[in-house]
Amino acid sequence: MGTIDVLAGSPPFSPLLEIAGLHVRFDGAAGQAAVRGVDLTMGRERLAIVGESGSGKSASVRAVLGLLPSSAVVTADRMAFRGEDLLAVGPNRLRALRGRRIAMVVQDPRQGFNPVRTIAAQLREMLMLHGDAGRGGKPTRDQLAAMLDAVHIRDPERVLTQYPHQLSGGMAQRAMIAMMLAGKPDLLIADEATSALDVVVQQQVLALIDEQVTLRGMGLILISHQLDLVARFADRTLVMYAGRVVETLTHRRDAHPPRHPYTRGLLACRPTAADLGRDLPTLTRDPAWLA
Amino acid sequence: MSRIAGRIATLLVSLAGLLFVTFALGRLLPVDPVLAVVGDRAPPDLYAKVAHDMHLDRPIAIQFALYAAAMARGDFGQSSSTGQPIMSDIARFFPATLELATFAIVIGVGLGIPTAVFCVRHAGRLGDHLGRIVSLLGLSIPVFWLGLVGLLVFYAKLGWVGGPGRTDVAFQYSVPVVTGLAVVDAMLSGDWAAVQDALSHLVLPGGILGLVAFGYVTRMTRGFLLWQMGQDYVTVARLKGLSEAAILWRHALPAATGPVLTVILWTYAYLLEGAVLTETVFAWPGIGLYVTQSLFAGDVPAVLVGTLVIGAVFMLINQCGDLVQAALDPRSRAR
Amino acid sequence: MAWLTTDTPQTRMQARLGSVYRGVRLLLGGAVGRLGSLFVAAFIAVALVAPLLPLADPGAQDLAARLQPPGGSHWFGTDAFGRDIFARVMLGTRPSLFVALAVVSLSAPFGLILGAAAGVFAGPAERGLMALTDVFMAFPRLVLAICAAATLGAGVETAILAVAATGWPAYARIARSEASSLRGSEFLQAAQALGSSRWGMLIRHVVPLCVPSAVVRAALDAATVVLIVAGLSFLGLGVPPPTPELGGMVAAGRDTIFEAWWVSTFPGIAILLLSLGFNMLGDALRDLVDPRTR
Repeated sequence: MGTIDVLAGSPPFSPLLEIAGLHVRFDGAAGQAAVRGVDLTMGRERLAIVGESGSGKSASVRAVLGLLPSSAVVTADRMAFRGEDLLAVGPNRLRALRGRRIAMVVQDPRQGFNPVRTIAAQLREMLMLHGDAGRGGKPTRDQLAAMLDAVHIRDPERVLTQYPHQLSGGMAQRAMIAMMLAGKPDLLIADEATSALDVVVQQQVLALIDEQVTLRGMGLILISHQLDLVARFADRTLVMYAGRVVETLTHRRDAHPPRHPYTRGLLACRPTAADLGRDLPTLTRDPAWLA
Repeated sequence: MSRIAGRIATLLVSLAGLLFVTFALGRLLPVDPVLAVVGDRAPPDLYAKVAHDMHLDRPIAIQFALYAAAMARGDFGQSSSTGQPIMSDIARFFPATLELATFAIVIGVGLGIPTAVFCVRHAGRLGDHLGRIVSLLGLSIPVFWLGLVGLLVFYAKLGWVGGPGRTDVAFQYSVPVVTGLAVVDAMLSGDWAAVQDALSHLVLPGGILGLVAFGYVTRMTRGFLLWQMGQDYVTVARLKGLSEAAILWRHALPAATGPVLTVILWTYAYLLEGAVLTETVFAWPGIGLYVTQSLFAGDVPAVLVGTLVIGAVFMLINQCGDLVQAALDPRSRAR
Repeated sequence: MAWLTTDTPQTRMQARLGSVYRGVRLLLGGAVGRLGSLFVAAFIAVALVAPLLPLADPGAQDLAARLQPPGGSHWFGTDAFGRDIFARVMLGTRPSLFVALAVVSLSAPFGLILGAAAGVFAGPAERGLMALTDVFMAFPRLVLAICAAATLGAGVETAILAVAATGWPAYARIARSEASSLRGSEFLQAAQALGSSRWGMLIRHVVPLCVPSAVVRAALDAATVVLIVAGLSFLGLGVPPPTPELGGMVAAGRDTIFEAWWVSTFPGIAILLLSLGFNMLGDALRDLVDPRTR
């Protein structure tokens, strides 16, 4: 079952996001539900959710945002953002929150942009929806360029004129991050945001996310299947398996070592120099973990 | 550039194929073509002379080459029923089909696109189901039957529209032929009564074909829009906080202009076929009627050439549609 | 039921039946799928049992009772020869269904195998096939069938051949695109490593995966073929009289359409419903099979 881990010694905070008893299942699908009782409470901190495909990590956050397909059945004891009960509001309120208060960056940025419109057009659309300029008139070219500049894109003028397929993966993801932060949200969710990028670029993008989140005092949820990668950036990590949170790891020096066999198995699978000449360990799944 | 060359090559090969098929069918006649010309009682030397003139004593390959060359020159031979050069017959009949098809396309697109948008707005719910069934209905109607029923109801019983034929006898020769399109010619001549008459005759067959076009356009457009709404960038647009309506109108629909143009072209081609039966029912003097009339008169050369012309136009339009589709995607433009 | 829906099938047959069961449930879950299946099933049932039903003799002419409106003993009225239209419509479904199924059974397997082979083997075979399908797909089906009827003689066989010859490319196209995306798959490489011949691989592994799309195409194709064949019969080029055939019946009623509307109307409605049934079935199947529209 899930655990709620309160950081000892930190000042009391009103949680940014509270989820209790979240269940998601898909109508017509055989087998177990996608999410089977997830509890999560976070403040303006960095939370990582780690798990393999099918563990329910993406489904959980999409349930909060109201972005699951219509065949999904979502039930929860509690789902609240900044104290506002998300279970009681309608889809229009959820839509108002998206982009403005909660933003999400997805895996493949080049697919995430409209392929037949320029980057400038798409940034502009976001600013007009949510940015301060939206209340005035059209955002200026300089404002758009400044957005790209803030995510360390060199030559923003040129990038503005380009189409998504003309950008490299890393550049596109930076532009996507710039776009998603335009509404000055309180919470950023990065759903496998670096999985489509190569290793060096992954580090750069994560560092960028880290920097922006610190700068703006936001909460961050990092979703990934790569435990190592995100653990470095996260304050806490939830390990999910088969729709449940099986372990919560805190990354303080005095934290206890991982207890759940799944987590231990994952960590043991990482190859190190000490493994030279030996068979690599593999993860044997215990059906008991599905209970 | 090489893409365009590839498409032109495909078009030429298809045309050659069509040419060959019509040639082969012509040669497979159970009827002796020479006898058709000279009659049963011709003396042997006349028979031989005509056979020689028709190149029937040469090897098959040469015959095909001569046939192809004649076609390329525009020499399509003579119709055995009208006695006219086939090409001039076809030139006279073709505009009527064009008029019919164009009217149908306007209806089809004008009704089809809003219906497709409506279906997607209400995807999965009653509105979508209704829209789907209506468009499938358009695709399932036997046009010849609907034509008969339409004539019965709207012409015989209600008297709302003109009957078979393109114009009433009264106007048949009073309007000078400029474009070959009855409505346009009537407008050009300034005779308002003639325009009304031409329109009243066009409305029913055009409307029926328009229903078919509507079915086709709605289905293709709905399919495309649904596909767009399932794309990743639409998910991201939702994450930005855009409403479903805004996404549909500002992202999916503009992306659809290219494919819709292509669908319009394909519908033209599709309607060419439907026109054959509609024209037969309405005695509409288009190329479809020409083919069927020649068929019943046993005028095989006319049928073959008619098939060739319809087939060639069909192929040309379809290739243009493919070209437009490829050209409007910025991903290929940018390359 | 549980045996079919279990998560852990014990045999291949159980897994296959399970997915068929799930597919059928999804198909019948939507209105379009339900209606389409209903229509097609009803027509097939009628076509199969019509000769056994206690209908009036479709060929019995009764000139005293010619052109009777619907009612009484003649539910759909009588035609110009006094024949009962209801019986003729019931029996008229047989040739329409028969020809549609004949055409599809000829063009679908041919196109499927050719397309799958081209997709898997690639190279000049694939390019050659694409060129061939481009050429055949470019032909207008009805017009070519008319042309064939004009030269080779009108009749059922000519119609079936002409329509099938212009219909196979669609299947080949679809199968080719599916097969070529499977080309580099690991399971095919594994099969090759296990000593499977290329044709064996094709027939046992690739073709079965291409079958669902072919089935969708077959349903939609059947709808089109029904209309084409009815059109041919309307023009007198299809099934010859006195066999009752729906298109021919519409043509027969043409001369008397203004006085006796029922002669043409009922057969036409039957054609419409049959084609619509196939179209709806195909549309619903496509939603099942094509991941893009899910």
